[in-house]
Amino acid sequence: MTAQTLYDKLWHSHVVREEADGTCLLYIDRHLVHEVTSPQAFEGLRIAGRKPWRNHSIVATADHNTPTDHWDKGIQDPISRQQVETLDANIKEFGSLAYFPFKDLRQGIVHVVGPENGATLPGMTVVCGDSHTSTHGAFAALAHGIGTSEVEHVMATQTLVAKKSKSMLVRVDGQLGRGVTAKDVALAIIGRIGTAGGTGYAIEFGGDAIKSLSIEGRMTLCNMAIEGGARAGMVAVDDKTIAYLKDRQFSPKGEQWDAAVAYWNTLVSDEGAQFDHTVVLQAADIAPQVTWGTSPEQVLAVSGKVPDPAAEADPVKKGSYERALQYMGLAANTPLTDIPVDKVFIGSCTNSRIEDLRAAAGIAKGKKKAANVKLVLVVPGSGLVKKQAEAEGLDKVFIEAGFEWREPGCSMCLAMNADRLEPGERCASTSNRNFEGRQGQGGRTHLVSPEMAAAAAIAGHFVDVRTFA
Amino acid sequence: MKPFTLLQGLVCPLDRANVDTDAIIPKQFLKSIKRSGFGPNLFDEWRYLDHGEPGMDNSQRQVNPEFVLNFPRYAGAQVLLARDNFGCGSSREHAPWAIEDYGFRAVIAPSFADIFFNNCFKNGVLPIVLDAQIVDQLFKETEAKEGYQLTIDLAAQTVSTPSGQSFGFDITAHRKHCLLNGLDEIGLTLQHADEIRVFEEKRKQQQPWLFV
Repeated sequence: MTAQTLYDKLWHSHVVREEADGTCLLYIDRHLVHEVTSPQAFEGLRIAGRKPWRNHSIVATADHNTPTDHWDKGIQDPISRQQVETLDANIKEFGSLAYFPFKDLRQGIVHVVGPENGATLPGMTVVCGDSHTSTHGAFAALAHGIGTSEVEHVMATQTLVAKKSKSMLVRVDGQLGRGVTAKDVALAIIGRIGTAGGTGYAIEFGGDAIKSLSIEGRMTLCNMAIEGGARAGMVAVDDKTIAYLKDRQFSPKGEQWDAAVAYWNTLVSDEGAQFDHTVVLQAADIAPQVTWGTSPEQVLAVSGKVPDPAAEADPVKKGSYERALQYMGLAANTPLTDIPVDKVFIGSCTNSRIEDLRAAAGIAKGKKKAANVKLVLVVPGSGLVKKQAEAEGLDKVFIEAGFEWREPGCSMCLAMNADRLEPGERCASTSNRNFEGRQGQGGRTHLVSPEMAAAAAIAGHFVDVRTFA
Repeated sequence: MKPFTLLQGLVCPLDRANVDTDAIIPKQFLKSIKRSGFGPNLFDEWRYLDHGEPGMDNSQRQVNPEFVLNFPRYAGAQVLLARDNFGCGSSREHAPWAIEDYGFRAVIAPSFADIFFNNCFKNGVLPIVLDAQIVDQLFKETEAKEGYQLTIDLAAQTVSTPSGQSFGFDITAHRKHCLLNGLDEIGLTLQHADEIRVFEEKRKQQQPWLFV
C-alpha cells in the first residue's frame, strides 16, 4: 500500500460512497452546534418532518450572542435572546449528547468546549456551522466549518456531500524563540501563503516547532488555518494528544481507551507520503507578529513598519493596501511599535484557553494598563477555563492591572453581543480576523498573541514582548 | 431551491479582492432565525452611510452613493462580478442568502473561498471561476458599457458576452445536476440511507467509543 498522509487516512476512513465525479458522502462523527447557524437547519428538519439521524453526535452550546457581564440580568438584546432561546428549544425537541446552555458552568466557545470535554477525538470527522471548526484538527481529526444547509444535511443524514481537497504540508523547522507563540506561527504562515494560499487544500502542520507546541498551541494554529484559506488544518497524534484526552468526560475509558489509543497512534502521515504542496518555514525566523491591515495576510514582525502602497506594483494589491491604510487610519512607514491602542481584547476561540490566560497574566502581573487604554477585556473561553484561571489567581492579576475579567463567550471577536469597538477605535486583539467592521463598525483591529496583547495594554502601544520587562 | 438553467442578466462590478462574508452580511443581521430577508442588508456597511441594525426600515436609510451597488445603472443586476478570494472568512450561509435575496443568481470571480463557494450551490446561486485575465476583461467591458449583460448557460457551462465571446467554466456533475433541477440534496442523500446505515454499523464495531 502506498504511503498515506494523515488527511488521506482521515478522508478514506469516512467515505460512505463515491460518485464517478469524485463527489463523496462523508460520514460525520461529531456535530458541534451553536445558536447562530443552527436555527434555520432545525426549522428545515421540522418543515420536512425529519429527525436527526444520530442526535448523540451533537454537542451544543450558546456562545456568539451571550453577554460577558451581568449574567444575573440575562440577555438584554431581545433578538439575541430569542436566538439563544431558540437553541434551547431546538435541543430540547431534537436531543443531543450534551448541551451547555447560557450560564451553565461548562458553557463557552464551542471550539473550546468540545476539546475540553473530550468531545473531539482523533480520527473523527468534526463539523460545525462555524469556520473556526478547523481548531479541532489539532487532535488529528478532520474538522471544518460548514454552512447552515450542510448543518441540516448532517443532522438529517449524518453525512456531508464533499470532494477530497488537495493536501498541503506546512512544516516549521527548528525551535521557536522566547516570546514567540503558536499565534505568531499562524500569522507568519498566513503572511507567507496569503489568505487564499490554502484554498482548496487541507493543511497538515508538521516539523519540530509544531511538535514542540502544546495541544492548546496546536488548537490556536489549526484555528487559523481557515484564515489561510484552508477549511481544515491538522496535526498528527503524539503523546501530548493522548495525554490531553485522558480522563476527559467523553473520552473512552478502560479497554476502549486502550483500543482507541492503539488506533490513534496510527494517525500520522506515513514516511514518504506525498503532499500536493509543501511550504517550509524556519522557526528561528519567526518574530512576534502584528497585523497592520484589514486582512490577516497583512501582517509583519513587530519590528516592521506599515508598508507603503506606492511601492506595490500589482494594482489590485496596491488598491487594497491603500484602502486598508485609510480604514486603519495609518500612514505608510509608521513603525508598528509607534501605534497606540484604545482597547485590548484577550479571548476568542483562537486564544482564550488557560495557557493563553497564563501567558497574558505573566506579562500583566504587578503592572497597570496604560492611561490611554480605555478597556482591556479578558474573556475566558469557557466556564471551566474561567474556574481554572480563578483557582490560579489569574483573575486577580488581571483585575489589579486594571483589566476587566468577564464571563465566557465569543465576545468581541465578532461583536455580536454588547462587547464591541466604536468607530475609529483601535484594538490589540488575540482573535482571528481583522476585517473591516469585524469588532464593531469602523473598529480597527490588530491581531496579536496573548502576550503581545497584554504588553500593548501595559505600554499603551505595540511593543516587542521579547524585550518588554 | 430554485433551479438554475439559463440566465441573461445585468452585471454589477465589485472591484476589490478578499471580500469577506462579514462585509457581505455584517454580524448583527445573523441574529435572525429565518433564512430570508437579508437582501436589503447585503454589503450593509458599504452600502449605507449610517449604522444598520435588524428591524430598521432600510428604505429610510441614507445610502452611500459611491458604492457600486447603489449606482442607478446597476439596479436590478443579477450577476455579481468580483475579484480574488471572494467570500473569505466566516462560514455564515447568510452571505449567499443575502446575495440571493438581493437578486443575484451568479457570482463570477477568479477565485472563491471554499466554504462560501460550497454554500452558494445550496441556494441556487452559481459561483463561476474564470481566469483572472478574463475577469479583468469583463470588468472593463462592464464599466465601459451601461446595461452590459452576460448570458450564463449552466447546461453548456458557458458565460457569453454581448459580442458573442464565450468562456467555459468547470462544475462537478453532482452540483450541476442539483442546480439544473433545483434538487433537495438531503432527499438525494437519503436515497442512500441503507449504505449509510451499513457504514455506521461497521464503524460502531471498529470504534465503539465514537458512539457513546
